[in-house]
Amino acid sequence: MSQLLQVLLSGLATGSIYALVAIGFTLVWQAAQTVNFAQGEFVMLPAFFVLVAMGYFGLPFLPALLVGLVLSVLVLGVLFKKLIAEPILPHGGITLIIATMALGIFLKESVKEFYSAEAQPFPSIFPNDPIDIFGAVVSLQDLFNLAISLGVVVVLTLFLNRTRTGRCMQATAQNPAVAEILGVDVKRMILYTFLINAALAALASFLITPVYLAKFSNGETLGLIAFIAAIVGGFNQIRGALVGGLLIGVLDNLTATYVTAQYRAALPLVLLIVIIMLRPQGLMGTSEGRSV
Amino acid sequence: MYRKYLLAVTTAVLTATGAAQAQETMKLGMVAELSGPGAPAGTNWRDGIKIAVEEINADGGILQNKVELIEYDTQTDPQVSRALVQKAIDEGAFAILGTIYSGSTMVNMLVAQQNSTPQFVGSEAPSIVEKGNPFVYRTSSGAQKGVPALTAYFTDTLKAKKVGVAWVNNEFGKGGRDVFVEEMKKAGIEVIADVASEQAQTDYAADVSKLKEANPEAVFVYMNQEESARFLIEAKKQALPMPLIGEVTLTEAKVIELAGAAAEGAIAHVGVTATATDVPGIGDFAKKFEETFKRKPTHDAIKGYVGAWTTKYVTELVGEADGEAFAEKMHGLCLKAADYPKILLDTCWDENGEMSRPSFMVQVKDGAPVVIDTVPAN
Repeated sequence: MSQLLQVLLSGLATGSIYALVAIGFTLVWQAAQTVNFAQGEFVMLPAFFVLVAMGYFGLPFLPALLVGLVLSVLVLGVLFKKLIAEPILPHGGITLIIATMALGIFLKESVKEFYSAEAQPFPSIFPNDPIDIFGAVVSLQDLFNLAISLGVVVVLTLFLNRTRTGRCMQATAQNPAVAEILGVDVKRMILYTFLINAALAALASFLITPVYLAKFSNGETLGLIAFIAAIVGGFNQIRGALVGGLLIGVLDNLTATYVTAQYRAALPLVLLIVIIMLRPQGLMGTSEGRSV
Repeated sequence: MYRKYLLAVTTAVLTATGAAQAQETMKLGMVAELSGPGAPAGTNWRDGIKIAVEEINADGGILQNKVELIEYDTQTDPQVSRALVQKAIDEGAFAILGTIYSGSTMVNMLVAQQNSTPQFVGSEAPSIVEKGNPFVYRTSSGAQKGVPALTAYFTDTLKAKKVGVAWVNNEFGKGGRDVFVEEMKKAGIEVIADVASEQAQTDYAADVSKLKEANPEAVFVYMNQEESARFLIEAKKQALPMPLIGEVTLTEAKVIELAGAAAEGAIAHVGVTATATDVPGIGDFAKKFEETFKRKPTHDAIKGYVGAWTTKYVTELVGEADGEAFAEKMHGLCLKAADYPKILLDTCWDENGEMSRPSFMVQVKDGAPVVIDTVPAN
């Protein structure tokens, strides 16, 4: 019983970070009607911003995190929108998808070239001390990761549903033309969406890198799992991305523990196929309209 | 007319000079994992070789020829490594140094064999020296020699009756796991948990959970560096209570750097370690490495260093750059550190290219591996 609890808690902690990344897929889909295949690299990069701030500029960890967050928002939010999304989007969603694939490769190879191909240690924001919960031993780090990820999803949902700006973003996502007629600053709302996505990617990066270790290739697996999580949960719903992320995190651990460790990497793909066959809009998704 | 003479003389002089320079240079092909999952091992291997080549050239080169080191990055891809070994040989490499990952070596060593080119490898899978390839030589003992050296630690020191094994599912991991299970069987110790993980795996929660549930008295951890670090981090998160014992990688400097406090207490048998500073030569090498690269050397760095120096020693024993003669000399060769100081420890190679030399047990204490015992050559 304690092992089951152990596996569930570990799975939820990892899955909550998948959810943060998956929400990024959802947001960009809503804002730009495209899939950002560089999303995994968006999570890989902020950790290196922090390492550079610490290693080359001698900043302590917490100020370096702040620098990493600001740089992420600027580079992965503002620059991504201005230099890639905005100029390419008029040429079609597919063109932008291919551009994000190229961007992902560029970011990965740049980190490999200019920083290192080797994995690097990354400090944990929270202590790694183990605590006992009904026989299951989990670290404070895992519990904080879970709490922060869930907290962010709740706050984001409240922001989108309960604030004027959030509702304007929803309107922009559902019908940009009508939103503009109604006086919504569509470009600004799209920019907000990209900024939120960048901030979420940075947060996911700071939470998961102490476990994954900072490495140029981290985005490969993470991006794929989060993409699948977004589809499984429902690509047009934030709560869908949350459900998809948690589900994959838990099922991955359950499979590796009780069924087979060798085929655990195949599980998200199997889940993807099943969902596409039985419920194409995803577990929480709706088949009509879009909303953030 | 005068111009034509001048041109002809100049061309002849330049050609002769070029030819003379070509004769005075001996190329070593360093084929290693400089990127991808094997980068921590490959870069250390390369840097150890760089120091050796610098020393060899300062010592007059090989047979009075200057040594030129050419680097090739396999990207930790076996097929790429095979192509690069061929490329190195095509570009005139007299000997190949690398690769580290056993899965790559298994594929590329056939190319060196077909070209009668000596190849020193950092790989430790038992199968590498079981293929009858006369041109492949280890720079550290294979798992079939290294892992049995641990048996005494499980039986005599830990007095364990039930153990677990956590291993990475690649050529390296499978080889070590098979030898360990066989050794434990011979020693009358039951393996009650056998947990395989994938290369480049990031989440070890389930693996550690399975070991914890089985509750063995000790766990043998046989993984590559990054995987070892991630495993140790998860083991600390779940407070895995039993001793974690590995072969070589578990207590490497890179693993300790990555795992941080989670590496504390980990124990490993290592063929050679930079912390064995009591051994003449190892301390000097470690100091020079740290001064040059601003980091501590790993055992892979020492392996690369020994591989390059052995290439010089054996070539000079043979008296010419002849792959066939080199192979003949290597088999059954013993080099004593007193006569060949850069070999660092008395070392022998058997008929298969397997290496034998004294080794060490180390434990991570206060963030650094410390020698806790010496194991005689087996």
